[in-house]
Amino acid sequence: MTPTTAPAAPAAPLKRVKKSKLGWNVIGLLVFVIVGFPVYWMLNTAFKPAKDAIDPNPHFFPTTFTLDNFRRALEISDFWGPVGRSLIVSTVVVVIGIAVGMLAALAISRFAFRGRKAVIVGILAVQMIPLVAMIIPVFLLLNDLGQYDKLTGLIITYLTFILPFTVWTLRGFIVNIPKELEEAAQVDGCTPTGAFIRVVFPLLAPGMVATSVYGFIQAWNEYLYALMLMSQQNQTATVWLGNFTTLHGTEFAPMMAGSTMMAIPIVTLFLVVQRKMAAGLTAGAVKG
Amino acid sequence: MSAAQTTTADLPPAKQKTSPGAGSASTGTPGRPRRKGSGATPWLLLAPCLLIIVLIMGYPLFRLVSLSFQKFGKSELWGFKDPEWVGFDNFSKILGDGVFWSVVLRTVLFAAGAVVLTMVVGMLIALLLQKVSGFVKILISIALVASWGMPIIVATAVFKWLFDADYGVLNYLLSKLPGVDMVGHNWFASGPQGLAVIMLLVVWGAVPFVVITLSAGLTQVPKELEEAARLDGAGAWGVFRHVTLPILKPIIVMLTTLSVIWDMGVFPQVFVMRNGNPEAKFQLLTTYSYQQAFTVNDYATGSAIALVTVLLLLGVVAVYMRQMLKIGEVE
Repeated sequence: MTPTTAPAAPAAPLKRVKKSKLGWNVIGLLVFVIVGFPVYWMLNTAFKPAKDAIDPNPHFFPTTFTLDNFRRALEISDFWGPVGRSLIVSTVVVVIGIAVGMLAALAISRFAFRGRKAVIVGILAVQMIPLVAMIIPVFLLLNDLGQYDKLTGLIITYLTFILPFTVWTLRGFIVNIPKELEEAAQVDGCTPTGAFIRVVFPLLAPGMVATSVYGFIQAWNEYLYALMLMSQQNQTATVWLGNFTTLHGTEFAPMMAGSTMMAIPIVTLFLVVQRKMAAGLTAGAVKG
Repeated sequence: MSAAQTTTADLPPAKQKTSPGAGSASTGTPGRPRRKGSGATPWLLLAPCLLIIVLIMGYPLFRLVSLSFQKFGKSELWGFKDPEWVGFDNFSKILGDGVFWSVVLRTVLFAAGAVVLTMVVGMLIALLLQKVSGFVKILISIALVASWGMPIIVATAVFKWLFDADYGVLNYLLSKLPGVDMVGHNWFASGPQGLAVIMLLVVWGAVPFVVITLSAGLTQVPKELEEAARLDGAGAWGVFRHVTLPILKPIIVMLTTLSVIWDMGVFPQVFVMRNGNPEAKFQLLTTYSYQQAFTVNDYATGSAIALVTVLLLLGVVAVYMRQMLKIGEVE
């Protein structure tokens, strides 16, 4: 009896494991299709002829590829101007944000000092004020300062949300670097600053890159301030996308081409850093 | 961070608090050894950041409050007239207006719905990711990251297209179901339906962050604890309820409060969906404040509405703040 049942016994649970996985996998694939569908539909519409896009029987799989929608999207209104402006604004915001945010992150993660708690609360509180609530006074302020419709004005306002984010995220990365490394370097004769530059900084570099890229994406994606603080002539990339909707309706196929042009570089950048970012963002949460 | 803390860093905060300090005589609370503050250094490091924040946040914030107690319209904006102080007039005006209260109710319902949906769906997907095979996990992760990385404005454009009355693929698909005829159905003809679509868009954009954060949290749940619970006769739900959930609680609190803040602040989704001019039945506090200020040109009333929105959020922020402070302490 025993010799026959013995080999069968381990086989049965194995089969059950496989079977239960299959069920979960089917649900998982369903989730994949639902979550991914909007992205797929954007790409699908962008690359098919505009007349196929408004066929009552939707074309679910590409049969004809065309770049016409992209050509049309570029024609609708100047594309490179807004993109250039977005690039300038996002880059400057990130450079200032990282430089200033790094120092602040260092202060709150590596030093014990009076008022540290208050500083943390302050920086977090700033992050919590909805941008929309601030738009009226910011608009009036820039108006008074003669910075309305200027890239500098937009850069200044973007720092309000990039800076707290940068400080908090970099803090997460710094906390993950053991202090012992710095202390060891100091034992070996480094000054505290030297220890930081030689030991911590190289370890922090990937985190800084991730934070920069993520901050760049956030600035790039901002819509409300860009809409309110810039005129039609000086619009940025996100506002450009609104040009597809006119009084005569929305040109959906070119709009999806425009969306693709805006999304693909951003999503690609995001793909590169998201693993690192998730680590930084959750460092505090999970380890707290 | 001491060696002891580095190794116990995987434990939830309550436990970490009790870990003994590594004997460093820092000025911080015992148990949290840090570099000895040399007084001025941290403040010097903080100075540029604080200066920028105070200048570009502090003044507008002050102006927001002062505006809401003034009369400020077009003539004041152009400098023809000096703003006049009107006390609580703006507030009594909005608080005495039935429209305002329906907007408040709509905003709260919208935010609550979006937050609950985001958290529940996010948790379900995070748990599902633990069950599926490697390739399915990769596929779901790709879809999640793609939707996470999508600019809000692009996502809004895409949803507008999916839900288009005449050519939207959703109406087509729904009409394939037996007994359903949605051809030409206009989702935005009714407020609740239109807002449900916008809620779906918000949830779709918010779920990835929740899933990824919760997944990171789930890897921290000790397997032995789950096994022990299972040996004690707990079912899948029991293990989740009594083991997983308590360990994830700090993350859930953080995610929920963040979601509340984000979902109360939803603006571009409604604004762009309604072509820059949301109808009365689509107004949320954010768009309503915007409309009062920039369409009606009553900046003071707009500010008062914005201020009420901020005050509404304060309750939530208090909870979040406590959580974040706890995090800030443990390093």
